[in-house]
Amino acid sequence: MILGYDSFRPSTFVDAFRFMYDNQGLMWNKTAEHLVISGEAMGIALLIAIPLGIWLGHLHRGSFLAINLANIGRALPSLAVIAIGLGVFGIGTTNVAFALVILAFPLMLTNAYVGVDGVDPDAIEAARGMGMRPHQIVLKIELPLALPLIFAGIKTAAVYVVATATLGGVVGGGGLGDIIVNQASYFLKGVIAASIAVAALAFAASFAFGLLQWAVTPRGLRRRVEMIELDVSTGVAEAVTT
Amino acid sequence: MIVSAVASAPPVIPNYGGPPGGRQGCIAQNGTFCWDWVKGHWGDILQPRLLEHLEMTAIAVVIGFAIAFAAALLAHRKRWFETPFGVFSAFLYTIPSLALFQLLVPFTGLTMLTIEIGLVGYTLLILFRNILAGLRGVPEDVLEAARGMGLTRRQMLLRVELPLALPAISAGVRIAVVTTISLATVAAYITPLGLGQPIFNGLQTDFTTEFVATGALAVALAIGADTALVAVQWALTPWARARRAT
Repeated sequence: MILGYDSFRPSTFVDAFRFMYDNQGLMWNKTAEHLVISGEAMGIALLIAIPLGIWLGHLHRGSFLAINLANIGRALPSLAVIAIGLGVFGIGTTNVAFALVILAFPLMLTNAYVGVDGVDPDAIEAARGMGMRPHQIVLKIELPLALPLIFAGIKTAAVYVVATATLGGVVGGGGLGDIIVNQASYFLKGVIAASIAVAALAFAASFAFGLLQWAVTPRGLRRRVEMIELDVSTGVAEAVTT
Repeated sequence: MIVSAVASAPPVIPNYGGPPGGRQGCIAQNGTFCWDWVKGHWGDILQPRLLEHLEMTAIAVVIGFAIAFAAALLAHRKRWFETPFGVFSAFLYTIPSLALFQLLVPFTGLTMLTIEIGLVGYTLLILFRNILAGLRGVPEDVLEAARGMGLTRRQMLLRVELPLALPAISAGVRIAVVTTISLATVAAYITPLGLGQPIFNGLQTDFTTEFVATGALAVALAIGADTALVAVQWALTPWARARRAT
């Protein structure tokens, strides 16, 4: 790796946008790769973490596990997890996807747990009084009321996963990180261009989940849908204080 | 002292050759994990890098805390200051770490300073938000009572607001510390310091144990630091425990 030999001028930022324009094929290619790796990881983490979190929250069990998982998950150094994943799975995109799942999972699980666990017991009591069965209570009462926290976790995880997928570049995992770790070929303007693309992608991912949240939230609960959840510190703050 | 270590360019560390006895056994096999390598290189690679890592993290969090604390106090007094500093720190936070360190190199070179500027930048958002949230979370009637007792603003800050904000502040410090530990491994991409160095070195030389073992050590460090900070938080806020007990 050759670093620091490319000089930096204010015009480098302008050059970065010109780089995007001149290398559209490369940019789209790497962005698509980035999206695929992040999407795989998000999909797997979603499928496991959200149902598990809802189930544990519904039973009001495993709070110790759910809360501490979030703290451990946030503490895990992403590069270290990718390195361990590489040792286990070998070169390729699997190790990066594995690391991203490990990093996203606790954020989603904890928020889903805290969201469902914290649903007003009176609401559940009322539902039971109306003759709702347990699965109806989960689907019609607990889930809609827990949606803001569940999606806060998902949006936080999305930003985190897209940002961390960049590190895949150091293990040849593809994505925009490939450009960022290759200053020798793409110069600082390319590094900046790819960084802007990563940041834009992170915002876009969060925003997309914000839209999804808005779409699945029952009309009466829609007024407070936050579109973008920027950082990990606020996303799981509620879980930490509980 | 770390800066001088960089200036004197550390010798190329043998990765394969390893512990007395040379390249044999599990080191030569280059499997996923080789305990012999870890034992053989604890003294010359892992432990020094671990200490460097701790030092980098401590410096970044202390400086970041000083800046964020001053900014949060200012934003607490003058509301208009919250948005510009919040936007600034959020902007820093969105820059991918691998790129930020590279962008700083033309200005500050391949030095410890480059790493610290980057790491401090990433702590600002977390610390600023948590400190400010802590200060703002002090109940109005408590402030009213303090004012009624004739406390000056300075006394209120030191005796009422800061102690009550302590749980939120220490939660912020905890997140900042683990985040910095994570980002400091990435920083080794620029300067061969900290636990990131053996990770990148292992990736380059294709010696699996080096990056797996160091990765595991970094994970252990992060979880250890997180646990230690929980204990500190517990010790610092006895009143929170008393309330829970009743």
